[in-house]
Amino acid sequence: MINRIITLLKKDILLEFRQKHTFYGVLLYIASTIFVLYLSIESPDANVWNGLFWTIQLFICVNAVAKSFLQESKGRMLYFYSIASPVEFIVAKMIYNLLLMIVMSLLSLFLFTIFLGNPLQNSLWFIGIVVLGGASISIVFTLMSAIAAKAQQNAALIAILGFPVILPQLLLLMRLSKAAFAEVFRAGAVMHLSFLIMGLDILVIAMAVILFPYLWKD
Amino acid sequence: MLKKNWWKILSLLLLIYTVIAGYLNKVPDLPIIHQSIRNLYFHVCMWFAMMILFIISFVYSIKYLRGFNLRKDIFASNFAAVGTFFGILGYSTGAIWANYTWITDQSQSLGSVLKEPKLIGAAISLLIYGAYFVLRGSFTDMDKRARISAVYNIFAFALLFPSIWIIPRLVGSLHPGAPGSDSGNPALNAQNDLDLGMRLVFYPAVIGWTLLGVWIATLKIRLQLFKDKTLINA
Repeated sequence: MINRIITLLKKDILLEFRQKHTFYGVLLYIASTIFVLYLSIESPDANVWNGLFWTIQLFICVNAVAKSFLQESKGRMLYFYSIASPVEFIVAKMIYNLLLMIVMSLLSLFLFTIFLGNPLQNSLWFIGIVVLGGASISIVFTLMSAIAAKAQQNAALIAILGFPVILPQLLLLMRLSKAAFAEVFRAGAVMHLSFLIMGLDILVIAMAVILFPYLWKD
Repeated sequence: MLKKNWWKILSLLLLIYTVIAGYLNKVPDLPIIHQSIRNLYFHVCMWFAMMILFIISFVYSIKYLRGFNLRKDIFASNFAAVGTFFGILGYSTGAIWANYTWITDQSQSLGSVLKEPKLIGAAISLLIYGAYFVLRGSFTDMDKRARISAVYNIFAFALLFPSIWIIPRLVGSLHPGAPGSDSGNPALNAQNDLDLGMRLVFYPAVIGWTLLGVWIATLKIRLQLFKDKTLINA
């Protein structure tokens, strides 16, 4: 089972290297969005910076993860269907999207600090939060992308389906990131929040593994 | 007839009782809230009814995935629809209530006051079910629509639960039921919030409104089943 997950993961990564245009497309999307922000607001304060950062993460994720199911043609899905189980397939997709999103999140963090200044007091903390946040967002949107791929007008549907579902986690992440802006938290509150987000992630993964087999058959 | 429909009559009687007793009984005169405390019989009951209807919808979605019976899908979607309707009513009764009790300073706008964890949770639930109906609308194939929307319903409900019941309890809020408010936790603290007279109206009101919600849903379901008669029996 693990072997097959790794094979599927390798296939996705290989595909990414072969079709570089999609990867660069998302990179360009990140760069141009942040550049637009840079032109429209100059050195935002920490609160605005935080809000903008997470909102941009959300849109990047919609763009980066959306293609994970849309790019698979019907014939290829049938092929996967014959060689792998749905659980292996969704787990491979989630791991792949998670890696992709973490890379994208870190890149956008880098661009944010270049263009919009760096209000962070504790950068290491924030990098950790960004990795956690990127992981949470990408897992949720993987399943949303799988659902939306089944419907006809899918790209817009991902945002509609995903935004309300991701909101609780996003609010927790924004709250947690304030720890990196030198806001004083109650003792243990930071750990508490992180565990809550991780708990939600585990819930999402469990739901995805349980529910994906029903999406998969046609 | 009476054997089958006793709960509809009960619902009607309880709601008549709620309205009459709710407006006439004696309520504790608390600062700021004063007589608006009577909104408890309407506002809080809307959320109770919504949550119960959503749970029923969630259960029917699971049942659908177990047997792929289209009747179950009709049940799930209609319970979700009526639940959303009650959610909108709950949100609006809450907004009116907040307008008179939470705005202490004239310069405060309602928008700034409504940014509360509990209210965000409520808004999320309405957005989720809005998305659920958009998703349903985007399919033409009935079986596919039923299957995919059942998956979304189950997934969304699993994430809705913490956003309504867990997260608001962890952060400070003006709304009763948060650690920051002085009313204690959980929301309905018997010592502080409700005296005996109010409880005598409140609990029947919850049952009455919930039964009304179920009643509306069953009517919608019967209509839908009648419309799709040929499809379901085929």
